[in-house]
Amino acid sequence: MLGEGILKGLAETARNFAGSYVSKDRLTTVQYPEERAPVFEAARVFPFLVYDGPDWEAGLRCVACQICEKECPPKCIYIEKSKDKKPDYVGKPQIYPAKFDIDISVCMSCQICVEVCPFEAIKMDTEFELSTDDRFGGLLQDRKQLAKSNEYYHKIHPTEASEVDARLAEEKAKAEAKAKAAADAASAKAAASSAAAAGATPANPAAAKPNEGEPKA
Amino acid sequence: MIDRLDQIFVLLLHWILGYLPGGWQAAAGVVLSAACIVCLYPALFALAVLMERKGLGRMQNRYGPNRVGPFGILQPVADGIKSLTKEDIVPLNADAVVHFMAPVVLVVAVFMMFAVMPMGRNMVLVNLDASLLFFFAMGATTELSVFMAGWSSRNKYSLLGAMRAVAQTISYEVPLLLSGVVIVMMTGSLSLVQIVEAQKHFTGIFPQWFVFTPWGLAGFVIFAIASTAETNRSPFDLPEGESELVAGYFTEYSGFKFALFFLGEYVEMFAVAGLGTTLFLGGWSAPFSFLSWVPSWIWFFGKVEIWICVFIWLRGTLPRLRQDQLMNFAWKFVLPMCLLNLFVAALWRFMGEGWLRWVVCSALLALAYVVMGNVEMRRKHFGPRTYRYAE
Repeated sequence: MLGEGILKGLAETARNFAGSYVSKDRLTTVQYPEERAPVFEAARVFPFLVYDGPDWEAGLRCVACQICEKECPPKCIYIEKSKDKKPDYVGKPQIYPAKFDIDISVCMSCQICVEVCPFEAIKMDTEFELSTDDRFGGLLQDRKQLAKSNEYYHKIHPTEASEVDARLAEEKAKAEAKAKAAADAASAKAAASSAAAAGATPANPAAAKPNEGEPKA
Repeated sequence: MIDRLDQIFVLLLHWILGYLPGGWQAAAGVVLSAACIVCLYPALFALAVLMERKGLGRMQNRYGPNRVGPFGILQPVADGIKSLTKEDIVPLNADAVVHFMAPVVLVVAVFMMFAVMPMGRNMVLVNLDASLLFFFAMGATTELSVFMAGWSSRNKYSLLGAMRAVAQTISYEVPLLLSGVVIVMMTGSLSLVQIVEAQKHFTGIFPQWFVFTPWGLAGFVIFAIASTAETNRSPFDLPEGESELVAGYFTEYSGFKFALFFLGEYVEMFAVAGLGTTLFLGGWSAPFSFLSWVPSWIWFFGKVEIWICVFIWLRGTLPRLRQDQLMNFAWKFVLPMCLLNLFVAALWRFMGEGWLRWVVCSALLALAYVVMGNVEMRRKHFGPRTYRYAE
């Protein structure tokens, strides 16, 4: 009969109206500032710089190779190389960024910097509450603001961070093995030459230690 | 004491007027009452908007506005400040004078409707003998303002919206008037005050409202449908049609003029709700005889608020009609029902007291409803579309 559908519809909306006061799970709205939806692991907003260890300045993985600066499509990264060098995670002395600025008002969150970085130094953050009352200075982040610990990285992107750690550990092990092999070879050579000169002495493994951090060719 | 409370506004007015010289009293009384109406209804409008937003939210399992003030009750204030401070943009090609006049005409006409509305015992601004006629005349003026707005904007969306609005409101004006005519036939008066007087008696504890008669119920339903269409409320909100016409006839309005349109629309809603209450729901009379001690104005405004809630409920439920459905419904169903209702009312009048007229009148209306609902409003089943040339 005419009007039946309308009555059915009215009953339905009335049920929803009353139900929303009774059962909380009908209301799917997450009331943002007080409540928060969990951030997805794959979420990405703006890049940050990863550092290892307790000191952000010493532990920065970035070696100021400037690949990200060159690849950045909107050119929001500005890097100044340092004059001196500091040891990186394998202990090799490297240049570090004396200045590393990202203008997040320009950044378009494309993640290209992350993909091109050969040192796993720049990663995407999930922090999105970056509004400020200063539209120029407030949105230009320097390396201190950008530096975040590896633990933080593990917290926001656990899977990705453990993969990165595994890769770095592997590389480090490889580098160590190589250094050790080189040291062994060097000491063997030295031993051989010294043996040739003054009889055989067994190669001392401890002697290889100081050479570990030596730069490779 | 109870009587005092019932007449509190009337007494207050007389008390204030007592301080004025005799010659001034009549004019001052009108100005004061008009000022009260002009202040009261925007306040109710704010309340209705809040209720609508919260109610619709709840119907859609959302919270609705809950940020400004406790439970979001200050949201209308924020909205008001926002619309007051917004830039008022008039399109370059618009007819500036008409563009400016349209919202003014709407608001003025809409507030004029309340001049004849009895909002409580002795609470009517002007007791016109032809107040119902006056009301409908003012109601028809709102169409003019809608068309002014649409035409002066020089915008296709506005014009389409205005065209739709005019077609719709004129189509539904007819059933609106005819459903009111039934009441005039029964009470023999065009005065809203007398119409309420005719309904204020009780049989047992139940009131003698016109809605509790077959012709009254039919008239009430038709009036409710037609008044929804008159106020351009969902499901008859084609003139606005956000999803198709941006905002219909007020596409080109911004700032305070837009707010005036918004206000006008809601106040018109109050006006038709008030009229419907007056005609069918006994105006300011109590729903049960033992509740007669409650002040009359509480009943009037309570009924209007309930009516508004039903409007909101309908808006939350029904999707927008198509233009042809709208017209078919008006001319093929509502209008014939109206005419039949006139006949039924006459029959009721001349069959005299007794149960027979209840049976005959109810049966006639029910039969017409079922038959016309099944024949005229039958859902048409269209087959797959075939093309002759464009294959």
